[in-house]
Amino acid sequence: MCSTMRSCRLTLLLVSLSLLLSLAPFSSGSSASPGSAEGFTINGRVKIPGLAVQAFGVSGKLSDAKVILNGGRKITFLRPDGYFSFHNISAGTHLIEVAAIGYFFSPVRVDVSARHPGKVQAALTETRRSLNELVLEPLREEQYYEIREPFSIMSVVKSPMGLMVGFMLIVMFLMPKMVENMDPEEMRRAQEEMRSQGVPSLASLLPGAARQ
Amino acid sequence: MAERSFFLFLLLLFLSSAVEFSASIFEDQVGLMDWHQKYIGKVNHAVFHTQKTGRKRVVVSTEENVLASLDLRHGDIFWRHVLGPSDAIEAFDIALGKYVITLSSGGSILRAWNLPDGQMIWESFLKGSRSSKSMLLVQPSVGAEKETVLLAFYGGFLHAVSSIDGEILWRKDLGSESLEIQQIVQPVGIEVVYALGFDGSSQFAAYEINARNGELMKHESVHFSGSFSRENLVVSDGVFVALDASGSILVTVHFQNGEYSLQEMRISSLLGGNFGKAKLLGAKLPHMFALRNDKLTGFLKVTDEGKLETLERINNEVSISDSLSFAEKQRAFALVQHNDNKVEFRVKLGHEWNKDLLQETVNIDPNRGHVENVFINNYIRTDRSYGFRALIVLEDHSLLLVQQGEVVWKREDGLASILDVTTAELPVEKVGVSVSKVEENLHEWLKGHILKLKGTLMLATPEDVATIQGMRLKNSEKSKITRDHNGFRKLLIVLTRSGKVFALHTGDGRIVWSLLLRSLRKSEACTSPTGIRIYPWQIPHHHALDENPSVLVVGRCLPTDSGPGVLSFIDAYAGKEFDSVAPTHSVVQIIPLPFTDALEQRLHLLIDANQRAHLYPRSPEALTIFNREMSNVYWYTVVAENGIIRGYAPKSTSVNEGSDEYCFDPTDLWSIVFPMESEKIVAWVTRKLSEVVHTQAKVIADQDVMYKYISKNLLFVATTSPKGTGEIGSATPDESSLIVYLIDTVTGRILHRMIHKGCQAPVHAVLSENWVVYHYFNLRSHRFEMSVIEIYDQSRADNKDVWKLVIGKHNLTSPVSSYSRPEVKAESQSYFFTHSAKAIAVTSTAKGITSRQLLIGTVGDQVLALDKRYLDPRRKTDPTQAEKEEGLIPLTDSLPIIPQSYVTHALKVEGLRDIITVPAKLESTTLVFSYGVDLFLTRLAPSRTYDSLTEDFSYALLLLTIVVLVGAIFATWILSEKKELREKWR
Repeated sequence: MCSTMRSCRLTLLLVSLSLLLSLAPFSSGSSASPGSAEGFTINGRVKIPGLAVQAFGVSGKLSDAKVILNGGRKITFLRPDGYFSFHNISAGTHLIEVAAIGYFFSPVRVDVSARHPGKVQAALTETRRSLNELVLEPLREEQYYEIREPFSIMSVVKSPMGLMVGFMLIVMFLMPKMVENMDPEEMRRAQEEMRSQGVPSLASLLPGAARQ
Repeated sequence: MAERSFFLFLLLLFLSSAVEFSASIFEDQVGLMDWHQKYIGKVNHAVFHTQKTGRKRVVVSTEENVLASLDLRHGDIFWRHVLGPSDAIEAFDIALGKYVITLSSGGSILRAWNLPDGQMIWESFLKGSRSSKSMLLVQPSVGAEKETVLLAFYGGFLHAVSSIDGEILWRKDLGSESLEIQQIVQPVGIEVVYALGFDGSSQFAAYEINARNGELMKHESVHFSGSFSRENLVVSDGVFVALDASGSILVTVHFQNGEYSLQEMRISSLLGGNFGKAKLLGAKLPHMFALRNDKLTGFLKVTDEGKLETLERINNEVSISDSLSFAEKQRAFALVQHNDNKVEFRVKLGHEWNKDLLQETVNIDPNRGHVENVFINNYIRTDRSYGFRALIVLEDHSLLLVQQGEVVWKREDGLASILDVTTAELPVEKVGVSVSKVEENLHEWLKGHILKLKGTLMLATPEDVATIQGMRLKNSEKSKITRDHNGFRKLLIVLTRSGKVFALHTGDGRIVWSLLLRSLRKSEACTSPTGIRIYPWQIPHHHALDENPSVLVVGRCLPTDSGPGVLSFIDAYAGKEFDSVAPTHSVVQIIPLPFTDALEQRLHLLIDANQRAHLYPRSPEALTIFNREMSNVYWYTVVAENGIIRGYAPKSTSVNEGSDEYCFDPTDLWSIVFPMESEKIVAWVTRKLSEVVHTQAKVIADQDVMYKYISKNLLFVATTSPKGTGEIGSATPDESSLIVYLIDTVTGRILHRMIHKGCQAPVHAVLSENWVVYHYFNLRSHRFEMSVIEIYDQSRADNKDVWKLVIGKHNLTSPVSSYSRPEVKAESQSYFFTHSAKAIAVTSTAKGITSRQLLIGTVGDQVLALDKRYLDPRRKTDPTQAEKEEGLIPLTDSLPIIPQSYVTHALKVEGLRDIITVPAKLESTTLVFSYGVDLFLTRLAPSRTYDSLTEDFSYALLLLTIVVLVGAIFATWILSEKKELREKWR
């Protein structure tokens, strides 16, 4: 099997304590002791693609990430290489959540089997995808802010002010054109009609119309 | 007419522009409407790191389980980690000058953190079999070593751990049933580790262990005629000091050079007279130690011959720091004495008691209480002499750095432990108060707006953008201490665990005043006081009364329910306690009544442990009001551990002579007993008293009306099977089910009951209007779920007929009574929700017209706003066109998490505990305050700001448009004139 920690990296990371002793990827339980059989260990890794996770200091975002077991009963942090572990875990079903600002992680259901030490089942609860190793990757990046649209002439035109100006322009230039295109006879008739009905014509809107 | 319609059109355009603002924010709007404050909590332990050139820092651990690295110059946080609630830091130290080693979680977890950036380097789990004291020993680094061995004692085992990767080098079982190891010592330069402790009650036991391989070299035990108390100390690597159980005999054990000799001495013979029961102070001092009784502190020196000498007796309260080694084997420690508002800070050399190396007096606000802890550090002054600085932790949990008699910086870390929050309105702007200071002149105003216009048109240069941002953030309008038209400016009055009350300004979060409550300080009458709740006591309407509003703080003297209660009344503007009630009857429940007296003081009922109700304020007028309204006063208690809910009403006072007329005996009205073996109460919520409901009717798609069942007496209770109260996943789906109840608290009637099979605690719930939303864990799908129950009044359902309404044959005006048996209809629906929740709240607005949003504090310490429409039991997979128009969202199995709807955006409210919403005067807007270790306040508009212009509104653009429009009008006028003239000439 794997002899060094590096080569162990992608092995099945969920092992019971007894298995851990033989593999000893992390040296937490390097000597047997009475009463140590009380719990199991969950080991896993958080991997954020695109984020460099080599040396310390570089992964500033990861240093603030937390791994949360069962809704806050236990909280642990990530090592520089993204690994984490929970110790002294009872057999049964557990829920692991990852809290990292800027990323959306699905909670993971982890079954720790008492009967078959080392047997592991993990599944993303959001997508119901089962994992064969406990490597948690974000489902998506989270963008907390609205993106400001770059300036475009359309946005100005579409704004209420733009619409107002546009409307004004239409009234100014298109309406006279339309009036011009009308048959003078017809227009006169229409104007007379309007006057008789008392409906002010559009021209009377303008201050000058009063003098008519 | 056309003119009018034209302006109507303009107005419409204008209004539509106002709705443009969306609930989510742009990145450059951060800090505009929100503020975020980071805290760490009360410091337990501090280790300085100032040896190297570069950034000077101090690493601290706190009562809020925070490990933080602070900038020594300004007190800012370099980095910080909030550990889990059960992961308290027992001890920590700096190893090799670059790692912070913490021993936490009762001693079972050893972690190393990178000092510059806080990245966790390794984590090691220690295993032990017994409960024991846990200790951490880090050898101070002498030179440029690459590795050092850490010694950690946990669970009866001594572990030697490599500092490089956390590997356990060796383990040594030091234990039997009766053995208790109390101290681990490794004298410098010797490869022997001494483990000292007690075997049984009267046996001193010592083990010498080889530091290289953990082999036991020697075991020694010395018998003592009395029995030991658990207080002990190691003085200067060679003397073990302990007290006997009575606290009157001092036992010293010298253990140098493999020789063990035990000596007993009466404390009274050393410190004179009747010293009484003494306590050992834990400070590690060079060749000396300190004893304290309730009055004075005595210092004793251990001479080289092993004799004890009395050095000094100090009458005042004194705090002592651990000793610090500096220069060539010199050791110094600090003594801090507190007299009134002056703190005397003395640094003494280890070997010379009578000489003070440094003596300074620092003025400290008496409002901060006495000094609780002190940590010292030395630095080299420019004249090459040694200077000392001290980090002082005060009674109000604040942290101060004192250097050269000055307070260099202070942190108000009491705010990390808020117990309760209330709000008060700010004073009205008076005539005399100058307002013009704030408003700039027209030129400035225009310039600002032109800059903003440039910003919106994306024409601004980076410098302009910076100016705009600065202008917006500095907007002095939001931080004025007067009431504003929109009700955005308020005082948040918070009660903290230290017993200090702070008033924070909602505009910028600064502290307007703070007050360390006298009644919540330790005294002989009140040994361990804690605050419970804070309530608005008097809210004078400013037109009627020219008085300041006040708040009521309720606390109790003992942590148990039966502890005597203390009350304080605080002026909300002046920040002064104007009245207080000394330890009195116990307080288990506080009920603000909906009645006020002539002074607009709200009547409160305080329920004591015997369920007797005490009326406050104690005035005849209040009594008259209460006697009049007594038939409408009910209360209930939830005894979660026994699974009983009981309803009570006050009995009119018996007119016995001498009895307290403000005290009322309870009458038992009803009780609900849950079977203990199958149901355990896990959560209960009721409606917020201040909540306003705008309409009782809800018009649904097909022009139908549903009447909400709105009652102030609705109680939501959730119970689970006893197995379901444990950790998530600890029960199988068949073993646990969640049962929820809606109970009327006047009659005890269960209005609705529902079972969720295969679900378990924790349950977080919120009740508002006629609905309740709760969050729980579904074991079958192994996901969190949120459910909604909406409850409708069927007895009013017939009031749909217009004719009935016209003729008056409706029952809408009939009084609502809990005693009338209402026909209710409950609808429910459940959805998956991704995250665990820490708290759930709902937005509240002034009139209740605005639609509501749920605020969910997630496990990642963020606050998510979720529209209530997502939790509508009428959601279905394919809504009809009419229902879509009504705003019904098609049914999905899980609730959406939209990153833009996190109200905390990219920030975290570390250690989030609760979310409070306060309505602003502006109907569309509500203030959201979430607190934990951090504080965060923002303004939310659940249906967008439909009733006001946003702050981004570009007045310059409006002005420009108007100018263009007026210009156009004149242009068209001239054109039409010309044309008319031409027409006439034709």
